Amino acid sequence: RDFNERCAQCSEVNWGLTDGGRFYCRSCHNVTERTTEVVNTDFVCNSRIHTICKGLKNQEKTDGSCEWYVCEGFQLILKKQAEALEALGVCPQMKDEVLCNFWRRYLQKTKQAYCNTSAGETVKALPVCDSSTDVDSEPERPSPLQLLSLSESDGNLQTDSSFASSISKVSESTSVCSGSVDGSLYLMKNRKEKLRMTMPMTLSFCYMALLWLREPMTLSDLLRFVVEGHIPYLNVFQDFPEKMKLYGLDLKIFRVESWPVYEEVHKKMLELAAFLDLPRFPDITDSCFLHPDMLCMKYLMEANLPDELHNWTCRVVKKIRIGEVDFLTLVPGNKSTRNVKYDVLAAAVIVVVLKLLFLLDDHYEWLLSDFAEGRNKNNKEGGPYFEFEKWYKVIKCSLDRKQKKLDEERAKYLWRCEKVLFYSDKMKSKVLKRRQTVVNLQNQFGKLSGSVLPAEKPNPSSFQLSWSEENTDGSCFHGHSLKGVLQEKRGLLTAKNPDYWLCTVKLCNEKTCGHRAHYREVDFPQSYHFVIRLFSFLLRIQPSYIHDEVCVIEHKLFNKKLCKKPKYSTGLGK
Amino acid sequence: SSHEYKLNFKKSKEMCLSYIQDAMLQKQWKKAAEFLTFYMESLEKDFAREYLSPSEVIWRIGTEILCHHSHSSMKEFNSFTEQMKSLGVKRYLKVCLEHTFHLLCDGLIDEAYQNLSLSESWRSGDQTVIQDKEMKLIKAYRGLLDYYNWSKQKNILLEHGQDGFEDLSVEQEMHSCFRKAAVNLKEIIKIPGVWDLFVKCYVDLLEFYGDHNEARQVLNEYAYNSKFPTNPNAHVYLYQFLKRHGESKKSLVSALKILHDVVPSHELMIDFNIMLQKSKKRKRRRLGLEVIFAVLDYAGWKENVKAWSCLARQLKQIVISEKHLDWIKQEWNSRKDWWPAFHFSRYSAKRNWQENECLSHEKALVAGILLGKDCKYFKYVSHQGCKAQVKRFRILKKFVNKHNPVYLRVSG
Repeated sequence: RDFNERCAQCSEVNWGLTDGGRFYCRSCHNVTERTTEVVNTDFVCNSRIHTICKGLKNQEKTDGSCEWYVCEGFQLILKKQAEALEALGVCPQMKDEVLCNFWRRYLQKTKQAYCNTSAGETVKALPVCDSSTDVDSEPERPSPLQLLSLSESDGNLQTDSSFASSISKVSESTSVCSGSVDGSLYLMKNRKEKLRMTMPMTLSFCYMALLWLREPMTLSDLLRFVVEGHIPYLNVFQDFPEKMKLYGLDLKIFRVESWPVYEEVHKKMLELAAFLDLPRFPDITDSCFLHPDMLCMKYLMEANLPDELHNWTCRVVKKIRIGEVDFLTLVPGNKSTRNVKYDVLAAAVIVVVLKLLFLLDDHYEWLLSDFAEGRNKNNKEGGPYFEFEKWYKVIKCSLDRKQKKLDEERAKYLWRCEKVLFYSDKMKSKVLKRRQTVVNLQNQFGKLSGSVLPAEKPNPSSFQLSWSEENTDGSCFHGHSLKGVLQEKRGLLTAKNPDYWLCTVKLCNEKTCGHRAHYREVDFPQSYHFVIRLFSFLLRIQPSYIHDEVCVIEHKLFNKKLCKKPKYSTGLGK
Repeated sequence: SSHEYKLNFKKSKEMCLSYIQDAMLQKQWKKAAEFLTFYMESLEKDFAREYLSPSEVIWRIGTEILCHHSHSSMKEFNSFTEQMKSLGVKRYLKVCLEHTFHLLCDGLIDEAYQNLSLSESWRSGDQTVIQDKEMKLIKAYRGLLDYYNWSKQKNILLEHGQDGFEDLSVEQEMHSCFRKAAVNLKEIIKIPGVWDLFVKCYVDLLEFYGDHNEARQVLNEYAYNSKFPTNPNAHVYLYQFLKRHGESKKSLVSALKILHDVVPSHELMIDFNIMLQKSKKRKRRRLGLEVIFAVLDYAGWKENVKAWSCLARQLKQIVISEKHLDWIKQEWNSRKDWWPAFHFSRYSAKRNWQENECLSHEKALVAGILLGKDCKYFKYVSHQGCKAQVKRFRILKKFVNKHNPVYLRVSG
C-alpha cells in the first residue's frame, strides 16, 4: 500500500501482500522480506513462513486439509509452549521476542526460510544434502540488537521464485507418506544433521530462551512441568488446527513416547546456541535466581535444612569461584567454559557442605546428632540445635511417600490422547477400531475400580516439598542452629568435623567414558546416598549426575592438597 | 533401590503391569481393575508380535479380575470376552474355549453350547490350520455337551416310561444327540492323550445302544495303546466294563494286574486281592499276597481295617495250611527292616487299641505271625484285649502262641 519502491527484478511498482504479510511484486512474483508493520508479532498459525505468491494451487484441498510443513508444526508447538510458560509467570518477552527470534534464526540457519537458498533447492539436490551452495550471497549476519528488535524487516534477504514450482513437486511425492508436505524428506534429508528439529529440542529452545531472559526456572523445573502436564509436549499435536492433518511419517516426528531427558535437552541447547552463533548470554550475577547462592537458598529450604547452612554454601561457592559471572554465563561455542547446570551445581554444593560439616560416613553424623539431642533435651533456651537424626527421619518419611506416589504416577501415565494417529489410510480403520475397544475396556474396568477419583493435575509449583515453622510438631528445621556441629577457633566458626573423604580420587575424562565419576550405591555411605537421593528426586535426575558434580566441586575445593601430596584424607582448607 | 527418572511408553506399561500383578496377588481386585485401565492403551501398540502380547495379558488378567470382583456379573464377563475375541485372530478359538469353560462353571450349559457351536463355524483364512487343536477341542466339548443332553433326554424317557407315557419327540431328540455326540467323542479319543471323561461318556453311549464290541475296542485302545500316556484310569474303566459284562476271570485279572503295576496303592487292589485269594490257581493266590502287601506299603492304607483283614486272612490261611510259607518269606524279606517301625511300634499299638479295636485285632494277628508273640505290638494288644476280656483276642493269643515258630522261619 504505502510501499513505493521499485521492484528489484522488474522495476515495476505493483505490490501485493502474501499470506505471510510480505510484499510481492504482482508483475514478476518477486517476493521481498519487507513486511507491513506488524504490531502483534505473534505467529499466526496458518501463515506459512515461506509463502510466496497467492496463486499457489491446492492451498486447501477438498477434504479440508491444507499443506503444511514440518517446521510450521514445530513453530506452532513452540508458540503453545511459550504461552504455557507465560501462564506460569514467565515474562511475555519470552514469547513475543526471544523465542521467536531464536526460532527464526534457526530457520535461517537451516535454510528452511528467510534465506537465499530455499528448501526448494535442496529438494532437487536430494541425495547430496549439502545446502550451502551460495556462500557469497549469504546475508550479513544480523547483530544481536537486530535479532532482538521487533521489526521483521531485513531488506537483504530474498526468496527464490523457483521455490513455487518445487513446492508442487514436493507435495506430489511426499503427501502419500505424511500429512505434512515434507515429512519424509525431513526425516531422510536431515538424518545426519545433529540439529534436526525434534520434540525434545523444542524444550531446548524454551530453556535457551528462559536462560537468555534469566527467568527463575531451572531446567529441572521446566522438565518437571512438562511431565506434570503444565507445558504442552506429550500430545501437543492435538492443538494443531483441523486443517493440518497429521499422519504417516509425521508420527515419527511429532509423537512423543518418552519423557524428555535432562542431559539430552541440555546438550542440545548448548549445540543450538553455538549453531545459531549466539553471542554471550546475559550475565548471571549474584542477584539472579540461577546463581548458586540463590539456588542453594531455595534448595536448602526445600530440603528442610537450617538456614544457617547458607553461609557455608556461599563460602564454598566463593572459595571455588563458581559464583563468578564469567563462570556462570553461557558463551555459546566456547568449549573451554564448562557447561554449567545451575540446578545440579547448587545441589552438589549443598551436598559438599553437608559432608564438610557432618562427614556423612554413617558414623560421625549420628554422633553429632546424639550430642545435639542431649543438649536439646537439657537446655530449652536459645532454640533447638539441628539434629541430623531427626531431620533424616522427617525427610525420609516425606521422600518415601513422594517417591511412592511418583512411582504410581509413572505406572499410571497415559501416553495416548483422544486424537488418534495412524500411519496410513490402510491402518486407519484398524486403529480406530482398536481405539474404540480400548475406550470400552477402560470404561468397563473403570467402573470396577471403585470410587477412585481421577488424578488431579497438581498445581504447578516451584517447591515440591514445603515446611512451615508454624508446625508445632517440630518438623521444620529451617530455624535450627548449627551450633551443635560448629566450634569457635581463633574467633572463627569452624566445623567440629576435622575430616573429609573424597568421593573419588581421580576424575575421569568425560570424553572417554561420559562421566567424571562413577556412582554405585554400595560403594558409598548410606547417609551420603540418602542425601544424593533426596536431590536426585527434587531435580528428577539420576543420582550419578549429582555425584559427578560433587566430585568436580571437591576437586576444585581441595585442589591444592590434591596437587601436593598423593595421600589426602584430612584437613579442610576453609 | 535406584529410581529412574526417565520413562518411556514400554517402561511405564511394564511398571503398570507389575502393579496389577501385585494387586492380584493380594486379591485387591479394585486396585487391579484400576491399574488395568491404565494398561489398556498398550493395546494400541499391539501390532508387533511379541512373546506375550498386551492383548493376551489383558485377556487373562481381565478374566481373573472379572471372576473375582464382587461387582462383576456374568453379563459383564461375556461382553468382555466378546471384545477379547475380536482383538486377536490367532487367539480366537482359545478365547472361545475358555469362555465356554467359564460358562460351564457358572452352570450356563445352554450358553456354553451356543458358544461352542458358534466357534465351530468360525473360519478365518488360514487360521483354521494353525488353530487346529483348539478346533478339535471345541468339537470334543460340544460332543460332551451333546452327551449331557442325551443323558437328560434319556432320563426323561425313563421317567415317562415308568409312568406309562410314550414320547416320540424326546426319543428322536435323544437319538439325534447321540449321533452328534458319538461323532465328536470318537474323534477326540483317537488322539493320544488323557480323555477320561470323554471315554467314559462315549462308552456309556455305546453300551446303551448295545455296541459292546466297539466299547471294548475303545477301552482296550485307551488302556493298551502305547502311544497314549500311562493312565491308571484307563485300566479302571476297562476293568469295570469287563466286570459289568461278566467277562472271564482271566481278562479281569490281566486288567487289574496292570493297574497293580502302575498304582499299587489303588483302592481296587482290595477287590483284586479278594478275587485272587479265592482263586484255585496257585499263581493267582501268590499274586494276591503280593498285591496286598504292596497296598500296605503306603501310608494311606495304614489304618484301613479292610486291607489289614485281607492280609490277615491270607496269612492265617497259609499258616494253617503250612504250605507256601516261602511266599511269606519272600514278601517279608524286603519289608522286615522297616515295617516294624512303620506299622508295629508300641505307639501305634496304643493308638490303634484306643481308637479302633478291629484294626488292632487284625494288625496284631499279622504282627504275631510275622514277628512272633514277643513283639511289642502283639504283646501290648493281646494283653489289652485279654484284660478287657474280649473273646476274639483270647482266640488270637492262642493262635499266635500255637504258631509262634513260624515267624522264625519267615524272618530267616
